[in-house]
Amino acid sequence: MSFLQPSDTQAILLSLEVACTATLVSTPLGIGVAYLLAHTRIPGKTLLEGIVNLPLVLPPVVVGYLLLVLFGRHGYIGRLLAHFHIQIIFTLTGAIIASSVVGFPLLVRSIRLGMESVDSVYGKAARTMGAGAWDAFFTITLPLSARAVLAGMTLMFARSLGEFGATIILAGNIPGVTQTIPLAIYEYTSAPGGDRMALSLCLVSIMLSLLVLLASGSVASSLKRR
Amino acid sequence: MQLDVAIQKKQGDFSCDVRFSLTGRRVGIFGASGSGKSTLMHLLAGLLKPDRGHIRLGDITLFDSAAGINLPPEKRRVGVVFQGAHLFPHMSVRRNLLYGWQRTPAQDRHLQPDAIIDVLNLHHLLDRGVNLLSGGERQRVALARTVLTCPRLILMDEPLTGLDEEMKFQIIPYLIRFFASFDIPLLFISHSLLEMRLMTRQVLVIEEGRVNRQISAEELARSSWAGSRQGYANLLRLGQPEACGDLWAYEWGGHRLILTEGGDGYENIFELDAREILLFKRHPEATSARNLLPCRVGKHIAAGNRVRVELQCGADQLIAQIVPESLRELGLEEGKEVIAVIKASAFRRLF
Repeated sequence: MSFLQPSDTQAILLSLEVACTATLVSTPLGIGVAYLLAHTRIPGKTLLEGIVNLPLVLPPVVVGYLLLVLFGRHGYIGRLLAHFHIQIIFTLTGAIIASSVVGFPLLVRSIRLGMESVDSVYGKAARTMGAGAWDAFFTITLPLSARAVLAGMTLMFARSLGEFGATIILAGNIPGVTQTIPLAIYEYTSAPGGDRMALSLCLVSIMLSLLVLLASGSVASSLKRR
Repeated sequence: MQLDVAIQKKQGDFSCDVRFSLTGRRVGIFGASGSGKSTLMHLLAGLLKPDRGHIRLGDITLFDSAAGINLPPEKRRVGVVFQGAHLFPHMSVRRNLLYGWQRTPAQDRHLQPDAIIDVLNLHHLLDRGVNLLSGGERQRVALARTVLTCPRLILMDEPLTGLDEEMKFQIIPYLIRFFASFDIPLLFISHSLLEMRLMTRQVLVIEEGRVNRQISAEELARSSWAGSRQGYANLLRLGQPEACGDLWAYEWGGHRLILTEGGDGYENIFELDAREILLFKRHPEATSARNLLPCRVGKHIAAGNRVRVELQCGADQLIAQIVPESLRELGLEEGKEVIAVIKASAFRRLF
């Protein structure tokens, strides 16, 4: 009997796909929201901050249930999407959305802290040197926050790899479609004799997380050296 | 430069109500910290929006609340050298220098990077990261990158604050040489009287968010003397020296001054504390001091137990500081001849 079952390999690949997509899709939005929170005085900022941080304090199962209410066949967004024959629940997209919502506060918090620590004089200097507001943001503020963006992405990626509660409610636990590593481990542990298989997947999970930390550490130190 | 400003801005408890109109190439904005100098700089550069009023630079309106004009900072072409340089830390010196230049429309690029790099002596620094520069080098790069945006006006906000004395006097000659060779109007913001006198001719004095006076840098130094605990500093611009035994001789005001410091300075600007000048009624014949200058007494002004005496030495003027008793004993009336005695070591070279 081999170390991993073919379905395990599928779960690993799915986990990576969900975590990568969720992180990459959320990052631009996370940068935007972090900028709004760090550098602007928009009305309703406190409310926005509360909504963004809510998934951090809510049980993931609650987040998953709320998403189900929104995206279900009779949900507000679900009904709208049904017109275009798009289904979110029990699909890979559902798993990605669940991971994105749960990991988003970690991403925004990290980027926001980074942006707040960038001295605003750099941006002002760029403006007086002929750069418009967007230009100054993309050439000065964002590169100076690069390490924080990377840290936020790492946190979010790791959180997505481990996401369980919201995913199982919104996307279900369908092998080969939405079954990621934590869901596969859950299935093994709830069946008799699956302990050894669960342990193998745990080891894979630990290895993946370590790899992510190492990779982000080395990118961060190369950014620092510049 | 013709700068016409009448603006009001309220920020919390602090209100800034500034009105002035000035012409000139090197103008200082002088005031204590918290007087509103930096606020004024932000308002001029477009980094803060005035509540009302107008700012006109030459024939261009930068801000006019009545006409609804408010040019954004990137369209004003008002360059700013910030206190502490603030070079972009993620870029090399070269990329810092070219940041503004690349964003300047081609028809406005009347200065070339090579020329500026030459004047400010930055060649050897181009490929370095900015974190490896000394304080003085950072300020030179900051000036160069601002100048390369070919601005209509440069604002320097306390550019020398935070640098040690030696560094300061290394940079000032660069600045002077620079603004002498490139025709760019300068507004130099500082709370240092000495910097004002070296860098500017005209000075706007700002107090509590208002322009209090508009006077020459020299008048400012003389009028600040009464309130300051330090003596008045005479600034002497001396020519090239000639060796004179162990000492150095300089031509000044038709006299020959003997100093301990010589060699090849950039401009040979020396500072002489007014308290270091001794006055004698008659020639003392023998003295250890090397400089005995016959002078004519000008006006004198008393402040507490100090008297400031103007001395006309040939074509030039010196200020001596004595006590009222000495003034009475010597009978120093205006027009009287005296001998000013100065030690060779009393002169301090600035640069």
